[in-house]
Amino acid sequence: MGSVTVYGPPISPAVSRVLACLLEKDVVFNLVNIDMSKAQHKSPDFLKIQVASPPPLLLFFPTVSILLLNLPFGQVPAFQDEHTTLFESRAICRYICDKYADRGNRSLLGRRGGGLVERAHVEQWLEAEGQSFNPPSSTLVFQLAFAPQMGLPQDPAAIVLNEGKLAKVLDVYERQLQESRFLAGDEFSLADLSHLPNSHYIRAGGKEELFTSRKHVARWWEEISMRPSWQKVVEMQRTPPA
Amino acid sequence: MAVKVYGKPQAVCPQRVMHCLVEKGVPFEFVLVDIDTMEHKRPEYMEKHPFGQVPFIADGDFELFESRAIVRYFASKYADRGPNLLGRTAEERAKVEQWLDVEAITYSPCAFSIVFNLFLLPIRGLPGNKGEAVASMEKLDKILEVYEKQLARTKYLAGDEFTLADLTHIPVTRYLVEHCGLAYLLDDKPHAKAWWEDVSSRPAWKKLMSFVASGASFYAP
Repeated sequence: MGSVTVYGPPISPAVSRVLACLLEKDVVFNLVNIDMSKAQHKSPDFLKIQVASPPPLLLFFPTVSILLLNLPFGQVPAFQDEHTTLFESRAICRYICDKYADRGNRSLLGRRGGGLVERAHVEQWLEAEGQSFNPPSSTLVFQLAFAPQMGLPQDPAAIVLNEGKLAKVLDVYERQLQESRFLAGDEFSLADLSHLPNSHYIRAGGKEELFTSRKHVARWWEEISMRPSWQKVVEMQRTPPA
Repeated sequence: MAVKVYGKPQAVCPQRVMHCLVEKGVPFEFVLVDIDTMEHKRPEYMEKHPFGQVPFIADGDFELFESRAIVRYFASKYADRGPNLLGRTAEERAKVEQWLDVEAITYSPCAFSIVFNLFLLPIRGLPGNKGEAVASMEKLDKILEVYEKQLARTKYLAGDEFTLADLTHIPVTRYLVEHCGLAYLLDDKPHAKAWWEDVSSRPAWKKLMSFVASGASFYAP
């Protein structure tokens, strides 16, 4: 119990991706916030020190434990499950689905009876999210949601450029979602879940028309964003850190 | 019926897929999609691949795009053949997934920017953006420092065995080393250098390079 820990602020899209997955899988976890404004995640000590197997004491002293994690690229989230430490949110989600296959939602990587073929379809759309959807949407998330909050000027040219790129990707999704209820088939999967964080911020940042103007994308968004797991993540994003 | 791989054999992402098939001893037919004449953006091809990219594969009636999804599929399907490319436990697999994502999200975009500006544009007689290339080279150097630290601890990226996490790096790294003159970035990184020499000497990779050079359409193990 309590062997799973996620490090990072819930407002980070990558962190929220992992949180949504843990909630879908009914896996109990500790969340340890990192103050990214103080650049704790990029300090040399944070990056250099490694520990092979963290003592249980670390869970009671969160600040200390951050320093003892090896996060070579200095990004969030970091993830710990007993003696396993991981980074990269999508790899963490895949691990959670594999390791806790019997808990919570069992179809996130394809249904049990669906075999390699269903899993491969989920992987295909998870890669599409990472390779095609993520780059333009991440730029928009930064421009629309984070730059204003951080007191940084927005770049209108970057917004226009990336809206255009994202529109093309969503056109592909519109065609796919005419054929199937969710991206990889008729069940909600990790491929859909992976889209929640950036889409949420883009909509909140005033560009919901990208989604609402496409009938099947709009329908898909309604379904995936109303899932209790995502509603809980949004609530966590609104709650100020303890 | 053999696996069909659609794409251009010199392109990085199709090579990733073909390398995996050669490692696993799986025969395939290579079907040319001429990206130089924008064949991949024509409606007939985009029926198969909605993003208009290469590669695309057909394994009997089963079709798939995204090279990393494809290699995961073949590595799972042929788990009992050839090298173990995905790890044996949930933890080992997670490390493979972690470094696969690093390659996809951090390494390759940086590497592609260099290859695009220093090789792909110039060979078409177009000016590459030197400033972008130099910025990417500096970034790549820092990324390789992280790889050096990992490879000082483990023989390969995800552990002590060659896995998909190493495999997906090879095609674009070959372009960096052989066509962009960037071998020197490894000179002060002995473990990363040894890793590159090891993975690029794998018999399956060498077989693939011969196959690509031959212009053949059918690969038989």
